[in-house]
Amino acid sequence: MTLVARDITFGYAGRPALYAGFSLEVAPGERVALSAPSGFGKTTLCRILAGYERPQGGAVTVDGAPLPRRGACPVQLIGQHPESVLDPRMRMEASLAEAGAVPDELLDALGIRDAWLRRFPHELSGGELQRFCIARALAASPRYLVADEISTMLDAVTQAQLWRFIIAAADERGMGIVLVSHSPALTARIATRTVDLAAARAEHAAAGER
Amino acid sequence: MVREEKMTHREDARARHEDAAHRARAHHEQTRHEDAQAHHHHTHAPASRHAHGHHLLQVEDLTVAFRMYDADEPYLTARQREARPIERLSISVHAGEIVAVVGASGSGKSLLADAVMGLFEPNATVMGRIWFDGEPMDAAALARVRGRGIALVPQSVASLDPLMKVGAFVRGAACGCGRARREDAARRTRRQRELFARYGLAPEVEDLYPHELSGGMARRVLLCCALMDAPRVIVADEPTPGLDLELAVRAMDDFRAFADAGGGVMLITHDIELALRVADRVAVFRDGTVVEETAVTNFAAPELLEHPFSRALWHALPEHGFAAGAGAGSAYASAGAPSRGGEAL
Repeated sequence: MTLVARDITFGYAGRPALYAGFSLEVAPGERVALSAPSGFGKTTLCRILAGYERPQGGAVTVDGAPLPRRGACPVQLIGQHPESVLDPRMRMEASLAEAGAVPDELLDALGIRDAWLRRFPHELSGGELQRFCIARALAASPRYLVADEISTMLDAVTQAQLWRFIIAAADERGMGIVLVSHSPALTARIATRTVDLAAARAEHAAAGER
Repeated sequence: MVREEKMTHREDARARHEDAAHRARAHHEQTRHEDAQAHHHHTHAPASRHAHGHHLLQVEDLTVAFRMYDADEPYLTARQREARPIERLSISVHAGEIVAVVGASGSGKSLLADAVMGLFEPNATVMGRIWFDGEPMDAAALARVRGRGIALVPQSVASLDPLMKVGAFVRGAACGCGRARREDAARRTRRQRELFARYGLAPEVEDLYPHELSGGMARRVLLCCALMDAPRVIVADEPTPGLDLELAVRAMDDFRAFADAGGGVMLITHDIELALRVADRVAVFRDGTVVEETAVTNFAAPELLEHPFSRALWHALPEHGFAAGAGAGSAYASAGAPSRGGEAL
């Protein structure tokens, strides 16, 4: 049942490796916050965990099985820029349908209005688009949710609503969450554990020297 | 004076509007602008007094309307109707001041930024009065000061040209011809490198394309673009998402330094904690208008806030209970309520 990232090595071409031999384990129901300075590779790690990037070394497994190459991934990513993950030429209902049938209760709970379904992404605000991204990710029945700065474009009231909803859904389904947030207050509210990427890198470097 | 020329091409309307502009300006100059005295729909924080009649940026009764087809009617027979996402909004920014505009997402905050920049959609009608540096502005005047007098830090990193290296993007095109042009290009390169150094962007970043930047780096590049031509007013539309706390605070400190040097900042954000750290006044925005303009100190306790929505925002902050508001989310509150913090939920 656990999401395991073992000995992950990754770097972009021509740049020093972001991490070497990084490992992370997330149990179901756990909410793990990743913390590191800007540009350290938090978003890249989120993409690796959700199967968007293949690590150059190591592997990501759920229940001991690698992430599937086809079909819905058991680890779903919700990103920082909802406008960049929605097809600008598809109406919202078509984008939602990519995840299969989305139950109406889910849409109601996220405050998605029927009128929005017929619109194109540019006709909705960032916060409204983010609700669709959350609905789409949850409709795929993921075992783990990776939330990369998902509430930065939201006001405080909406942020509280959406996070309460996600946490409730996670508790109900025994879903684990990996989250990235720049706000210490929000992290303290939500996370059950914090992993410091900078400390992990330093530890690994120290272990390598020994 | 944004009674949109683009929309009303009739000359008589134009003449009437210039006359009205003249009268409105005379009225504005006569108004007493004293500390804490309500005028033009606002009062002053102690630190933001200003000389007689001289607001750096002043927006009064701004209404933005869009003509659109009624979505509920059949496709071929639908009538046009008018939607007004911003209605009679007033806000002012003084020299040396940061005004934070906080409010619900989707309430039209970005439209406010666009209206102040003079960026109008083809189907928009914009009404109201805008003064910049004491001068009444119309659409053409707003277009003239765009980037020089008033600069925008846009919300989306999609504003960067994906096919252009960011260094060249920030530098922009040089002016003049021959030697003057080469000198201007050199000056712009110096200015861009100086800005990159100040915002912690390594020299090699100027040779990267936007997709190679992290979210935080892209935000800083956008900020550098805005500062390139030394503007008087910065309109910052959500400048901090994607920055870690240290960088966000540094970005805020940069806005503070810009304001302390005599500039004005309109900081559109929902990150109240961060806004409270640097802003002088907070305008609470909801459903297309400013429901409360208040000094930052009033955010110390909910009793000091007048409007129920301001109080709801205060209570929803992660450090103050994380309340999801009446009705919304209550069904999940029992299952999802994190017990840490101890405050009543």
